[in-house]
Amino acid sequence: MNIVVCIKEIFDPEATADSFRLDAANKTLVGSSKVPKVVNPFDEQAVEAALRIKDKMGARVNVLSLGNNLDRVVVKKPVHMGADELFLLEDESFLGSDSWSAAQALAAAIRKIGDVDLVLCGRQAADSNAGQTGLAIASFLGLPCVTVARKIEVSGDIATVERVIANGYESVEVRLPAVVTVSNELGQARYPSIKNIAKSNALKPVLWKPADIGLTPDICGTQGRRLLATKLFLPVFDTNCEIVGGETVQEAAQNLAVRLRQERIL
Amino acid sequence: MNGEKTTTEHKHVLVYGEVTDEGLASITKELLNGGKELADALGEEIHAVFMGDSVYDRAKEAGAFGAKKTYVVEDPTLGKYSGDTFVACLGQVVERLKPRILIFGHSEVGADLGPRLAFELRQPISTDCVSMEIKDDSKTLLRTKPVFGGLAMALFASEGFPQMATVRAKSMTPAEKSGADDREPMRLDVDLGKVVERVKVIDRVTEEAKGLKLEDAEVIVSGGRGMGGADGFEALKEMGKLVNGAIGGSRVAVDNGWIPTSLQVGLTGTIVAPRVYVAVGISGASQHMTGCARSQRIIAINKDSAAPIFKQAHFGVVGDWKTILPAFMEKLKELG
Repeated sequence: MNIVVCIKEIFDPEATADSFRLDAANKTLVGSSKVPKVVNPFDEQAVEAALRIKDKMGARVNVLSLGNNLDRVVVKKPVHMGADELFLLEDESFLGSDSWSAAQALAAAIRKIGDVDLVLCGRQAADSNAGQTGLAIASFLGLPCVTVARKIEVSGDIATVERVIANGYESVEVRLPAVVTVSNELGQARYPSIKNIAKSNALKPVLWKPADIGLTPDICGTQGRRLLATKLFLPVFDTNCEIVGGETVQEAAQNLAVRLRQERIL
Repeated sequence: MNGEKTTTEHKHVLVYGEVTDEGLASITKELLNGGKELADALGEEIHAVFMGDSVYDRAKEAGAFGAKKTYVVEDPTLGKYSGDTFVACLGQVVERLKPRILIFGHSEVGADLGPRLAFELRQPISTDCVSMEIKDDSKTLLRTKPVFGGLAMALFASEGFPQMATVRAKSMTPAEKSGADDREPMRLDVDLGKVVERVKVIDRVTEEAKGLKLEDAEVIVSGGRGMGGADGFEALKEMGKLVNGAIGGSRVAVDNGWIPTSLQVGLTGTIVAPRVYVAVGISGASQHMTGCARSQRIIAINKDSAAPIFKQAHFGVVGDWKTILPAFMEKLKELG
């Protein structure tokens, strides 16, 4: 069983608005030095899904990421959780990808890794919020794809997947190799273990440039985009919040109750 | 964009229509209205297509909601949604109708079918959009969508046809039913004989949630890091009972084990839009605000007056919830 999990390094989505600034030229947001980079939370759950399969039946879990100057502490987290191998597509030309150019490069890398039974991705990235990469990888590789999984079980060359649907789930079967995107309903991802951290400290990631996966830089990153970013702006949040006060905090609380009743809110 | 692209044979705005047991899905009414504005700006028409095993009668209604033409594909294999079959079917429809613009709801089906079809057609798609407009000179579809958990809005355009987008529920006003007679939909014959469906649906299970469901609740009382522990949520439950609200929480509250995962509000949890959202000890991280920003009224209780939550809240009190909640609840009871 050979699994590839695709992960994206993003700014911590738990960071608040005031810790980001607009990079108008590149049409993106940049976090201040206070904002840590993290593994996209949905991708972390995809790693967890792979490790659950590994725990149950044994599997080789390969982690694949794309970008430039990726933070080693971040991209190694899945290895510290129990993954076996780390592949990094690192080059300046990978920057500014959309779902299309990212998936094209990831698909080429998966082809190069070879003999892959299962490709796992998070259902969407918490920054770009597109939810396309998994479906795009499947399309580029000609593989079937199941989206928004909350449980994956493998038996022989069949994966049984529970997909999240409104008010419940749908159980589907797909023959491997296949791509599955993982949703938060899968549950909490495990923490890195001391044992895995010690074991993987010496692990050297495999580094690939576009040429290593048979691509030219002009179809990667910004140049390879199909969706043209025309503008990025910050919505102005100003609800004109009515801060209800009082002589004491108790009084402020009572005044809030009165105001909400007056406005027929509560 | 050059002239060649504006004189395309692709014309009109096509809505991928969805139905419920009762009739047109609300997202479809929203798309018919939003799509009509695009069609008007283009001087073209708004059309809708419905696919299913028995969808004709419910699709009829689309005419009264503004569709100039309604197309129906009925086939026994279209009874339950499955990716390969629906892509093959809609692909043939698009080949036949050559729409300039094709829009889906960012729904259970649309969020899956839209990108699937787009990559099959080797066309890009923008997902989870909240507004769309036509760029005058080039007739290009400009799509706006929230990124970075709603901290920023991004605008996208693309070349090639059809221009595609999925649209977030409740981001557009639904079309009103007009007095016009239901126009008879046109049936399209599609050949699904050669489709190999690679994903087999075994079962669909509906689970009844215990108590008041988060997404259905009219009032939600939610807690975050500031609650300090599971005990804090006991106080919130009291408050929930008083205002007949469901309990929710931030990712921090879930990560710390104070509340179960199912109660998480946010991008990686449930997205809610209640009438009233009471946020206690929640600073307002983007990932959380994505999940509750569409609430009609947000009430914030936080001891940090600079917390970003106050920029998106309508009413707030600055202070420790341990002092505020008892006094607030007592006063509410007193007011009856």
